[in-house]
Amino acid sequence: MSATRSRGGIRGREGIAGWLFITPVVVILGLFLLLPIIVAIWVSISDWSGKGSPLNASFIGASNYETLLVKPGLSQQDLGASLRNNLYYVILVVPIQTVLALFLATILNARRLKGKGFFRTAFYFPSVTSSVAIVTVFLFMFTGTGVVNQILSWFGIHGPNWFNDPRGVLRLILSGLHIVNTDNPPGWLTSHGFLGMSWYDWLSGPSVAMCALIILAVWTTGGTFMLMFLAALQDVPDDVVEAATVDGATRWQIFRSVTIPALRPTLFLVITLGLIGTWQVFDQIYLTGQGGPAKTTLTPAFLSYQAAFGDFKWGQGAAIAFILFAIIVVMTIIQRIVMRERKTLPRRRRFGTAAPAGTENTTMAASSTGGSR
Amino acid sequence: MSTAVATPPRAPLAPLTTGPRPPLAGRVIKIVIAYAVLILFALIYIYPFLIEIATSFKTGADATAHPLSLVPSTWTTQESFSQLEGVNFPRWFTNSVVVALFVTVGRVFFDSLAGYALARLHFMGRRAINGAIIAVMAVPGVVLLIPKYLVLVQLHMYDTYYGMIIPLLADAAGVFIMRQFFISIPVEVEEAARIDSAGTFRLFWSVVLPMARPAVITLTILSFQGSWNEFSYFLVARGSPQLNTLTTGVASLLSGQLGAGNQFPLKLAAALLMTIPTAVVFFVFQRYFIRGASAGAVKG
Repeated sequence: MSATRSRGGIRGREGIAGWLFITPVVVILGLFLLLPIIVAIWVSISDWSGKGSPLNASFIGASNYETLLVKPGLSQQDLGASLRNNLYYVILVVPIQTVLALFLATILNARRLKGKGFFRTAFYFPSVTSSVAIVTVFLFMFTGTGVVNQILSWFGIHGPNWFNDPRGVLRLILSGLHIVNTDNPPGWLTSHGFLGMSWYDWLSGPSVAMCALIILAVWTTGGTFMLMFLAALQDVPDDVVEAATVDGATRWQIFRSVTIPALRPTLFLVITLGLIGTWQVFDQIYLTGQGGPAKTTLTPAFLSYQAAFGDFKWGQGAAIAFILFAIIVVMTIIQRIVMRERKTLPRRRRFGTAAPAGTENTTMAASSTGGSR
Repeated sequence: MSTAVATPPRAPLAPLTTGPRPPLAGRVIKIVIAYAVLILFALIYIYPFLIEIATSFKTGADATAHPLSLVPSTWTTQESFSQLEGVNFPRWFTNSVVVALFVTVGRVFFDSLAGYALARLHFMGRRAINGAIIAVMAVPGVVLLIPKYLVLVQLHMYDTYYGMIIPLLADAAGVFIMRQFFISIPVEVEEAARIDSAGTFRLFWSVVLPMARPAVITLTILSFQGSWNEFSYFLVARGSPQLNTLTTGVASLLSGQLGAGNQFPLKLAAALLMTIPTAVVFFVFQRYFIRGASAGAVKG
């Protein structure tokens, strides 16, 4: 308080300086972030056709949203397909990349390991390279006679024509097991649906092409998250691990009861960032098949771009963007609630098993350091 | 078992770091397995880049016939690097350099100015702007592609260098990183300089900014990498091929049907050349990257 008061004399001058310092950022973010959001809201509820100023367009209410969400038609079908594709993408990428990152970080964290720096660099490097460069390499590796299929052929597997294969993986597996006959799909699945797609189509699983994109995403972003876990692992208190070891806890028990609770804030961060990132997938979609083959790699982010810049349906494009935004917000909130419940549940259940007294403090310490970073 | 943690005397600290050791053979096996796993993954992570390099020196036919081989049947740049000029690659490279330079310098300057103001200076509306900056960070970038294009058109900045550079000159995450850093450094030095009645800008420029060197380097690297690799924004901010950066240029190679064959040596050579600057920056400033990974986490 006294510090503020002693500055009282120059406070006016400081106020001016403060505003001068902040003005460039405020102007740029205002013009190119805040204003666009406002314009986009207006475009999504007006009949602007792409010509002239959007301000001269007239209000049409939620009509664009209706076309996308309620009215049966191509727009609704495309949105449905894009949501299905992205949902499979998220469901597979987020857990796999989180587990992979944690797995690599745990191995790298071992004390007596040499060449840590080398491995860390190798795993992290894809994260700093351009998505365009990486997609170029993947397009080459995943051709019909490419690198991946050659390696698969060593094991007697005849690889698919990755980026051109629209077949749903779940459907392939089920028909391989003779559970589902793809020539005669079960009527109770085909006759009902949601967002213009039958349940049979919803349950097709990610297409083979989408699987290649899933592999790409895991491969690229795994390294970043590995680094976050690695940093967090250094904060796992050695004395608790020691004590647990002395008590004869196995590696796995230590990992479950000491390491994981200490990593919870990082785990939360990694999953949140994963969710936000995977729902926004755009570059890879644009660069590989532009939604193809057979719209099985279409995602809301790309659909929004395509509706606006390809079909000049600006209102619909903007509306899709806001639907996507809503999905991301809802997903993050759901994840937050789920993770919060987990935080209290195991503690109550953990009577007999190893429950180190330090766990709670560790979590708090880790969360406070994690937050400041 | 849970009470064991509290047992006070733990005198012999040295052997405790590993606890009761498993038998030697077991430990050796574990280490071998750990290395085997790491080397397998290192191969998965490095081999694609090696293939990228090797294929840049192959012919298209060779690349298709022996995609896995790291040694070209005949070393040639005839179908790769020699073709680059024909597709206007030098122009893309120049554009990328220009954009990345301006954006990096601008971001570092404006973000640290704003970060400093938000951390240290008292002015009306500081709290509101702080909140706004954090809120803006939460908005997913892809959602804004259409609206950004609309604003660029309205401001007559579409398809110009200005339009590609100015909107990127400040970013909320960078402001946030700088603000966090300025809060963490002690205020005493500034107070001393303030008594010397140095102007606020001079104080910032010659006292505060030099102290913030690690944060400035981190932000420089993040900004360079971000603008060099930026793709989706340049996709909507320009239309003419003359303004292609490396990302949009190479993207046009991927989708375009230029000439015969799949042209993989050409595409991979282009991808390789665009990776080199980031790779150099990465290997030189690695520790800043690693610091930035957690700081940039906010960026999403």
